Amino acid sequence: MSLLQLSDVSASYGASQALFGVDLDIAEGQVAALMGRNGMGKSSTVKCICRMLPSSGHIFFAGQDITNMPSHRAARLGIGLVPEGRRCFKDLSVYENLVAAQQAGLWNFAKIVDLFPRLGERESQLAASLSGGEQQMLAIGRALMTNPRLLILDEATEGLAPLIRQEIWSVISKLKYDIGLSILVIDKSLKELRSVCDKAVVIERGLTVWSGQMKDLNQDVAEKYLGV
Amino acid sequence: MMREYYLNTIILGIFIIIPIWAFIMDEPFTITLMTRAAIFALAAVGLNIALGLGGLVSLGHATFFGIGGYSMGILAYHAQTFTPLMEWPILVSGSKLMPLIWINAVIMSAVAGLLIGILSLRTSGVYFIMITLAFGQMFFFFSISWSAYGGEDGLSIYIRNSFPGLNTLVPIHYYTLCITLLCAVLWINSRLIKSPFGIALNAARQVPARVETVGLNPVRLKLAAFIMSGTVTGLAGALFADLNRFVSPTMFSWQTSGEIMVFVIIGGVGRLFGPVVGALVFVALEHWLGGLSDFWHIYLGLLLLGIVLFGRGGLIGMICGEARLHE
Repeated sequence: MSLLQLSDVSASYGASQALFGVDLDIAEGQVAALMGRNGMGKSSTVKCICRMLPSSGHIFFAGQDITNMPSHRAARLGIGLVPEGRRCFKDLSVYENLVAAQQAGLWNFAKIVDLFPRLGERESQLAASLSGGEQQMLAIGRALMTNPRLLILDEATEGLAPLIRQEIWSVISKLKYDIGLSILVIDKSLKELRSVCDKAVVIERGLTVWSGQMKDLNQDVAEKYLGV
Repeated sequence: MMREYYLNTIILGIFIIIPIWAFIMDEPFTITLMTRAAIFALAAVGLNIALGLGGLVSLGHATFFGIGGYSMGILAYHAQTFTPLMEWPILVSGSKLMPLIWINAVIMSAVAGLLIGILSLRTSGVYFIMITLAFGQMFFFFSISWSAYGGEDGLSIYIRNSFPGLNTLVPIHYYTLCITLLCAVLWINSRLIKSPFGIALNAARQVPARVETVGLNPVRLKLAAFIMSGTVTGLAGALFADLNRFVSPTMFSWQTSGEIMVFVIIGGVGRLFGPVVGALVFVALEHWLGGLSDFWHIYLGLLLLGIVLFGRGGLIGMICGEARLHE
């Protein structure tokens, strides 16, 4: 059964239409990659899923129609977002960033520190004073503290040092294999996506143009839609 | 941050030592001045919950101050005239008992906070300031035209209300009540700031849209803060009315709202003891400069100007430097 299902989703920023009909399907426990070149509508799709951008079409999450649901209620249903650019609460400490988001469930502060020991070392430090990689860990930790059923990572490794990127990818693998969490990843690195994702959805000019198992994403599709 | 902790202790010390000294030296007027400062501080601590923690610039907090005042005035008026407050559907008489009056003031302020908050929080920025100001003015003009309770002339209460075990007519007794309430509210406020609610509210103040993505409703958080803020200011209003044994529409005026905000700004927005320092400085200036010139507000204006231009953290910020809300 689908955990998240988007059918024919369209969205606009004022007069400018960004999405023209996105279809997406993620099953429970599945890790999916949302791919496409810059400006094709990946982040807009994420905003629609998280209800930060009004849309038409249908968005179902865990069997509920969330198309017209406010953002906070969608998050309460179990959609955890790691936004592009991290966007931690800069004037709050690491601990406060995590506690502010806490919902009942598997994840708590101690578990997040187990996953990212560095956050434990910087518990009382302001988010604004962390390095980019640490802020990214904090953003992932904050999303996990909401105890999501689906974790959405929007460009989670962008602009990070190779070692930190590696750490983030190993955490994503851990979340997949140890916890069985459903994840939607947006990233540009095809190599890592291939190693962790079960399926891929490719968006071109606000429209789903390819969808299938990750192993079926061949070079032709990658060249045509991703420029790789 | 330890420095701010010490400064707060000194401020609290001032509120304890000066009244004791005045009591020993038989200076009841000084005790009354300190009572006035403590009540103003309480009102400003209330505003600081909305302004400092929730980022809500309310220019209508006199609404709650007035509601608290009239809660006391109306109950005490009916008690002293032996007339019922209402006869149908049940008979309700007035009261001269402070705890009952405080509970009434807190409930009335909370209800007003809920209704005003629900409507006002649909707006933000300058529109929020204007709508809260409009509510304040609405209550102000209503109280002017409410002839049953004195209208423009206000309502005098002949004898201060009572508190079990204390003679509230003795200044030090009434001061003890006021300072105890102020300390209790400051302690609750310090717990509130560090609580998950306080942290979430601070996050909502910083980035409302981002808070929604972690499952929190920023409007609901701010509404809760606005109601809490209103109840504390309402309680201060009831105490202020009892101090003066008089309530009038002035308690609802926009000048009162402005003064409460000035206390917070002078002391330091978002600082736990900021409103306390602001109120103390205001009462001191009012007393000392008021004796020198009728235009003492000019000096207060200059102080406010200096703080806004050169010390955004208020007097506490100027002494202790920048600080985080949750430290």
